[in-house]
Amino acid sequence: MARALINVPATAKPGEIIEIKTLISHPMETGYRVGYDGAMIPRDIIANFTVTYNGDEIFRAQLSPAIAANPFVSFCTVAKESGTLTFHWTGDNGFTATETAKITVE
Amino acid sequence: MSRQGLVALACLWIAGLAGLVSWGGQAAEIPLQDRQSGYQLMTPETRAMQDDDAANPGMLWVLDGEALWQRKDGRANLSCADCHGDARQSMKGVAARYPAVDPGLQKPVDLEQRIEMCRTEKQQAPPLRAEGKDLLALAAYVARQSKGMPIAVVEDDHTRPFISAGREIYERRQGQLNLSCANCHDDNSGKRLAGSPIPQAHPTGYPLYRLEWQTLGSLQRRLRNCLVGMRAEPYAPGAPEYAELELYLMWRARGMPMEAPGVRP
Amino acid sequence: MTGIDETRRGLLIGAGLLVLGIKPARATPEAMKDAIRTVIGDAPLREGKVTLDVPPLVENGNTVPVTVAVESPMTDADYVRAIHVFNEKNPQPFVITVRLTPRNGRARIATRMKLADTQTVIAVAEMSDGSFWKASAEVIVTIAACIEDIN
Ligand code: HEC
Ligand code: HEC
Repeated sequence: MARALINVPATAKPGEIIEIKTLISHPMETGYRVGYDGAMIPRDIIANFTVTYNGDEIFRAQLSPAIAANPFVSFCTVAKESGTLTFHWTGDNGFTATETAKITVE
Repeated sequence: MSRQGLVALACLWIAGLAGLVSWGGQAAEIPLQDRQSGYQLMTPETRAMQDDDAANPGMLWVLDGEALWQRKDGRANLSCADCHGDARQSMKGVAARYPAVDPGLQKPVDLEQRIEMCRTEKQQAPPLRAEGKDLLALAAYVARQSKGMPIAVVEDDHTRPFISAGREIYERRQGQLNLSCANCHDDNSGKRLAGSPIPQAHPTGYPLYRLEWQTLGSLQRRLRNCLVGMRAEPYAPGAPEYAELELYLMWRARGMPMEAPGVRP
Repeated sequence: MTGIDETRRGLLIGAGLLVLGIKPARATPEAMKDAIRTVIGDAPLREGKVTLDVPPLVENGNTVPVTVAVESPMTDADYVRAIHVFNEKNPQPFVITVRLTPRNGRARIATRMKLADTQTVIAVAEMSDGSFWKASAEVIVTIAACIEDIN
């Protein structure tokens, strides 16, 4: 299981715009690099990243080989109600990872 | 090392070395008050990456190390935590005084080697892979507990001979380019080599995330990079020369704050 | 950059490509234009509304921080639907696309990209009214002096 580091403020006021930062361990192999044996190293990337907030999708990103290894993505969202944010990554070679973070809105 | 890698190295260092010949100068130690972490030479963006725990990729390894700290392993079926308790207390300041001379072995061991000793002797588990993900994660987690603390390697009767040995390697000209570490890191630090500034080589941030590696790496790996760059034969992995060099470098950086997990270009 | 003489820069760029193991001359400014066209179709692409923050000089093309912010109230009536980032000289011009809604509150995203070479990066914002806006930035990529084999 890939490691992921999610930074969501633990608490927020209703309607507050919060910033969410995410990091996940992944080589993001471009498919354009040559290995020891002179052969191309096959592409191995995270291609999709989606975030839901109490089940509603709030963010979706499509990544390319040009995203740096151990992808970092940050974005904003409006803190509506207390609940769970679910982060989901999918990619080449059947890669999937899911993380959750709780937020209290009051 | 791959041929491709060698070609790349040759390109870069040769490009920079034309300037180096004219630098000249004699190895002179950097006065204590003029010492500077490699952090200081980085762009504001790379510094920000190191400073923000939510953005520092090295924290992925720290997180992993935290989990490994709790995992029972080996024939002893013990976790690090079973003996050492809460790392935030028990490991505080530990990395700042490594490498340390092991009384049994009568030679310096670095942090990774010290962790391996616990792994094989106390947990009675097979050694972790050098430079592998788990060992780096444990080292990053342990080193993280010293963040901000001053480097505390001291010169005493136990360490003195090894610090001297490390200094001797540091000042010795070696490799096809006939350079010493001191030629670059003492005499020419702050100047540019093929576009990048030469740091003073204070190992304040290890293990650290190097953008060039796109991963976390140990100080030994960093030293190997420089040796290859000098076109000297790197010492065998785990050779005593590394621990001696590391000990000398940490002593040379005594009092400077620990940054692990650092970020460097 | 005035400090780097041309031959050295040439060498550095050559080596930079080697580092990333990229065969030179794949993507071109034209390929980037084509890629942008596939996103915006025939719509005009206007300068403005978008702030693209990339360091002008980076120490290592492997990890280049990028922040894109778009001026928008982010209401149901007027919001940013997507942000796309493109580059000129990587093997492929496409970097990232993110989809946004009014629930984001603010149209600002950050990520890190690889840049094989000194080049132009372009961010395009797709608004809810169907208009497209862009900002571009030049990035000079230097590289680390001690590199090594992959292991
Ligand atoms: C069976 C108990 C035991 C286990 C399990 C154990 N250690 Fe230790 N560790 C010790 C003891 C005892 C020492 C003190 C030196 C000695 O006696 O060898 C020590 C020393 C250390 C030190 C050096 C501390 C210093 O102040 O210099 C580090 C770092 C360390 N251990 C890390 C780890 C890690 C990481 C793990 C898990 C992979 C671990 N240990 C597992 C007992 C243990
Ligand atoms: C030709 C110049 C040169 C020589 C000789 C050289 N290095 Fe380096 N070293 C560099 C450069 C340049 C960097 C910065 C990273 C980069 O761009 O490669 C560096 C980085 C380092 C660092 C990392 C510092 C940090 O902030 O993390 C250490 C430690 C180091 N060198 C130690 C050594 C040792 C020990 C030797 C001798 C075995 C040595 N170097 C030989 C040029 C040199």
